[in-house]
Amino acid sequence: MKTEIKKGKPEVNVKFFLRLFWETFTLSMSGFGGGFVIVSLMRKKMVAKLGWIDQDEMMDFVIIAQSAPGSASVNVAMMVGYHLARTPGALVATLGTVLPPMIIVSIISVIYTILQGNVWVDAAFLGMRPVVAAIVLQVSWKFFKPFLKVKAIPAILLFIISFVLLYILKVSMIALILVMLALSTTANLLDMRRRKKRMEEDI
Amino acid sequence: MMLYLQLFLSFFQIGLFSIGGGYVAMPLLQHQTVDLHGWLTQAQFIDLITIAEMVPGSMSINSATFIGIKIAGIPGAIVAIVGNILPSFIIMLILAKLYEHFSEQRIIRNVLTSVRPIVVAAILTAALILLEFAVGTFKQPNIFAIIVFLLAYTLLSSKRIPMGPVSVLGVGALVGVAKLGIVYLLEAGIVVI
Repeated sequence: MKTEIKKGKPEVNVKFFLRLFWETFTLSMSGFGGGFVIVSLMRKKMVAKLGWIDQDEMMDFVIIAQSAPGSASVNVAMMVGYHLARTPGALVATLGTVLPPMIIVSIISVIYTILQGNVWVDAAFLGMRPVVAAIVLQVSWKFFKPFLKVKAIPAILLFIISFVLLYILKVSMIALILVMLALSTTANLLDMRRRKKRMEEDI
Repeated sequence: MMLYLQLFLSFFQIGLFSIGGGYVAMPLLQHQTVDLHGWLTQAQFIDLITIAEMVPGSMSINSATFIGIKIAGIPGAIVAIVGNILPSFIIMLILAKLYEHFSEQRIIRNVLTSVRPIVVAAILTAALILLEFAVGTFKQPNIFAIIVFLLAYTLLSSKRIPMGPVSVLGVGALVGVAKLGIVYLLEAGIVVI
C-alpha cells in the first residue's frame, strides 16, 4: 500500500490529536538552546514536512508569538494548534511542547539536589557562573542590536531611561511595563481614531 | 495550600509580563524567587539559569519546573507551569481569534512591541547582577572568574569558532574542575611551583 503524505489542513479526530501531540513533543525534545531554535524547527516540520500550515501563515504566527508574553516556542505551538483544531488543538500542542522540558528538568533537579555539596560538581558550577553571565549579556546585546540597525532613536532613548530606572534606581520592571502599555494603548487608539476620521473625510 | 497559591501567582506574573520571549522571564524570576519570596539564594538562582541554559525548552518553563519541584515537589512544578503559561494561552487565543481582524490585531501587537526597549533593559540589568555575582565587585574582583568570563564572551561572539552556549558552558565547567584539581595537587605537594 502506498501511503502518500496528504498536504493541507488535516482532518480533526482522535488520531490527529495524538499526532499533533507527538509532533510537538518530539519537536520540543530536540530543541536545545531555547525558543528560537524550536521555532525554526517547527517551521520546517509544520510547513515543509507535514504541510499543515502554509509558509505565510507560519510567518504570521511567529511574528505574533514573539510579540506576545511567554516563550516564543510555546506561543507558536499554541497558534499552530489553534489554527488546526481550535482551543483543544491549542491545549494539545501546548502540552506536547511543555512536557519534555518538564520531564528533563525534573530529573535534573533531582540529580542537582543529590550532587549539591560535592566539591567537583560545585567547582564545575562555579566555572560555569561567569559563562552564564556572558551568555545573558550577549543575549541582551543581540536584542539591542536591531534598535541600532534601524536607528530607532525613541527605542534607544527608552532603553537608556529604563536601564537607569531598573539598574540604578531599582524601579520595578512590572510597573514600568504597565505604564508603557497604558501610554502605548492610548497613543494607538488615538492614532486609529484619527485615521478613521481622515478616511471618512476623504469619502 | 498557601504555598501553591503563591507559586501560581508568582509564575502567573512572570508569564504575564515576560513580553517578548523566554529570556525576559529572567529578571522577573530573579525578583520573584530571590528577592521577594527567598525560594532560592542568588547562588542557586545562577545555577538554575545554568541548568535552564543546558537543557531543551524555554527559560521560563525550565525554571518553573525547577523551582516548583524544589518548593513543593511535582505538584508544585505543575502549578508553576500552568501559572506560567496561562497568561500567554489567554492572550494567544485572543490574538488567534483576531487573526482575521487585522487592525485590532495590529494595535495589540504594536502595544506589545512598544515595551521591547524596557524588556531589553531588564535583561541587561539581570545580566549585570549575574555578572557582579559571578566575578565580584571592583573592590573584591575574582580574577579567575573575570578571565573565564572574557574567554566565554569571546567564544560566544566569535564568528570563526562556531560554539553554542551549551559547549561554552562545558568549557566553563572543565575550567572550574581543572582549577580545583590544580589546587588539590598543589596542596598535596605533588606539583610544586
